[in-house]
Amino acid sequence: MASETVLPSDVAPRARRRLPPEISILGVMIGMMLLFEGLGWMFEGQSFIANPLRLKIMILQEAEIGIIAVGVTQIIIMGGIDLSSGSLVGMTAMIAASLAQAEGYTHAIYPSLTGLNPIFPVIAGLVAGTFAGLLNGSLIAYTKIPPFIATLGMMVSARGVADWYTNGEPIGNLSEAFGEIGAGWWPVVIFLSMAILFHLALRYTRYGKFTYAIGSNPLAARVSGINVERHIVLVYAVAGLMSGLCGVVHTARAISGQAGVGMGFELDAIAAAVIGGTSLSGGVGRLTGTIIGAVILGVLTSGFTFLNVDAHYQEIIKGGVIVAAVIADQYRQRKRRSV
Amino acid sequence: MGSLSPTTAEIVRESGAVPGAEYLLEVCDVRKAFPGVLALDDVQFKLKRGHVHALMGENGAGKSTLMKIIAGIYTPDSGSFKLKGQEIKLTSPLDALRYGIAMIHQELNLMAYMTVSENIWLRREPINAFGVINHREMRRRTQALFDRLEIDIDPEVEVRDLSVASRQMVEIAKAVSYDSDILIMDEPTSAITDKEVAHLFRIIRALKAEGKGIVYITHKMNELFEIADEVSVFRDGRFVGEHPAADVTRDDIIKLMVGREVTQMFPKTDVPIGEVILSVKNLCLDGRFHDVSFDLRKGEILGLAGLVGSGRSNVAETIFGVSPATSGQIFVDGREMQIRNPGVAMDAGMGFLTEDRKESGCFLMLDVTANMQAAILRNGYTRAGIVQEREIERLCEDQKTKLRVRTPDLQEPVINLSGGNQQKVLIARWLLTQPRILILDEPTRGIDVGAKAEIHRLICELAGQGVAVLMISSELPEVLGMSDRVLVMHEGRMTGILDRQEATQVRVMELAAR
Repeated sequence: MASETVLPSDVAPRARRRLPPEISILGVMIGMMLLFEGLGWMFEGQSFIANPLRLKIMILQEAEIGIIAVGVTQIIIMGGIDLSSGSLVGMTAMIAASLAQAEGYTHAIYPSLTGLNPIFPVIAGLVAGTFAGLLNGSLIAYTKIPPFIATLGMMVSARGVADWYTNGEPIGNLSEAFGEIGAGWWPVVIFLSMAILFHLALRYTRYGKFTYAIGSNPLAARVSGINVERHIVLVYAVAGLMSGLCGVVHTARAISGQAGVGMGFELDAIAAAVIGGTSLSGGVGRLTGTIIGAVILGVLTSGFTFLNVDAHYQEIIKGGVIVAAVIADQYRQRKRRSV
Repeated sequence: MGSLSPTTAEIVRESGAVPGAEYLLEVCDVRKAFPGVLALDDVQFKLKRGHVHALMGENGAGKSTLMKIIAGIYTPDSGSFKLKGQEIKLTSPLDALRYGIAMIHQELNLMAYMTVSENIWLRREPINAFGVINHREMRRRTQALFDRLEIDIDPEVEVRDLSVASRQMVEIAKAVSYDSDILIMDEPTSAITDKEVAHLFRIIRALKAEGKGIVYITHKMNELFEIADEVSVFRDGRFVGEHPAADVTRDDIIKLMVGREVTQMFPKTDVPIGEVILSVKNLCLDGRFHDVSFDLRKGEILGLAGLVGSGRSNVAETIFGVSPATSGQIFVDGREMQIRNPGVAMDAGMGFLTEDRKESGCFLMLDVTANMQAAILRNGYTRAGIVQEREIERLCEDQKTKLRVRTPDLQEPVINLSGGNQQKVLIARWLLTQPRILILDEPTRGIDVGAKAEIHRLICELAGQGVAVLMISSELPEVLGMSDRVLVMHEGRMTGILDRQEATQVRVMELAAR
């Protein structure tokens, strides 16, 4: 045996091989799909996974949540929270729809503005969303009110704007050109490209480094010379932009503007982020996790529907899954810290 | 050895405990270690009935740790703990209260939005059979307590409406209300005026007359001689000695507190000192410090000494723009600067290692690279918006090697690193910015001796390269061993600047403790 004793403190601990933190949650996703597959053959006599139509519906549904979750995840990484994203979807949906009505439609909201190039409603929706995000961020950064309160206010007000816009009437008869944006796989393409874009931004740019730093310790970030206030405004504006994008995409897909659109989306987006491993205390999280989180929510909904489980039960179980995901994550982090 | 149940404890207390027990409290050979530090090393402490026993020592000498052990907040690693001759083991602050040990904390622990009487009787409210609180009775009890202690505060007023001094009196009344045999007071006069100090001393004398024992922690010499019967001195977690207060002089105590061979410990080298680079004139931050003026030269290490709360850290924060000055001027290279935020200070070539690693230093959840690169990202190291990770990692790797940071790799979250290594990561953060002026607030707090020496050597090296260093430290030997000059502060004011030759421990303590 070795004759020399080396004090443990003299050797640097050997580097552990690090698996991407998403591996465990990816496992949960696959396990869940296999579970539904098994249950499908048992009770329904058919496959859950090998059904293109079901998969397509599931993916399209989650793509919209996914788009706002891209923004919400970044806010949570920065140590904030955004309750307003769902309402902003509703508000921007109405604004976009009102500028996207088909040419010559006499009952249009703006009869002189029908048949516009789809670029106009798209830009209007995105600008409205970004503006609301800027407002959220400015309130939080400069008045120092908690993000929960600021975005709660925005959540209520933006829904109010959506309802007020047409007195609650839906906006129909949208132009075909506009509808193209939401057709087919476009929502999924938009979601994934946004997710990849911001994944890269978080990973490889100063924007991302500052976001993590502020979420991990805002005071230390300030002492390191980071303009914390400006960055907070920027990230909330990005999230607002994502809400606007979701509003536009949804309106185009539905080919109509509804004031009630996006109700509860904010919570699904937060759930997707949290299931995906983003920590509500800030500084930790990745968009790849959020994508998987969104898919898990989709698998749950679509799986239960497939098994004809009552909608109420679906909600009950979904709530449990969200909480279980966070407990598992906390446990994992505690274990890691005690290494 | 099992701990006594609370009921047994009460019996012990009622019966006046073991016959012939001369001491209320006897603590023997207590040892307590925290990660990286041995806070208490075989410490002795004895408290007599009807006596005030003062604890003296520099910051970090172990006084507060010992008090927290006596108050049941920390559990000692080893040692015996006797209450009136009876061996006991405390497991929580509540346990300590049941045994008749109450503590007045240095930082106030009152609930701002509750009334004075609600605060005092919290958890002990008079209730009826249905669990409803009898507010009138609670108020009556508070009034009776205040009458006895001659405190003139309305029991029904909310604590947030009270001045700091009144809150301190409420804390004292609350501790007395437990009718404990042992009262621990941790710097009870740090926030009150002379009038209230006199009042507090009247209360203490009355408690003494009732046969209670009081442990009194203070930094103020004059209080010590006015109120204490015995004084125990601690240094570096060790018990140095116990003396009757009447038998020692102020100078004796200072010598006991600081006396150790230190000068060789520090690798201070004489380096050429260049021109003035930072000049501070009549700097003020309202409510924190006033009229601070000094010059700092290239290659110089200026020590900033003073007790906790003397405004040392505030001066550093103001120079760096964390809390901008309310008046006064800051010159860098002879040019006046308006330092509104840390960014401006960094553009002027400053770096600032903050006092509290966890609070304002580390990004605990992030990895070593993210922590080291935080201060350089704001200008440079990006190409077409993309952070040049490879280049930054190379720089971080260099720092890691140079500072001997013990971490498996740069991807390790710093939460898993020891205190000393976290500190090195933060030092690396500032070294990467290549500062010309480096402000270090407690650069070696809470880290082990080996890492300390490495950090000291590094600071000297930096000075040798012409960096101007402003170093704050609560450890006098460190200040004296490292500094070319020492600026001493007391209660928000400069009380002197001493040259290396004239800066002795006794001289600095005189200026710092007044």
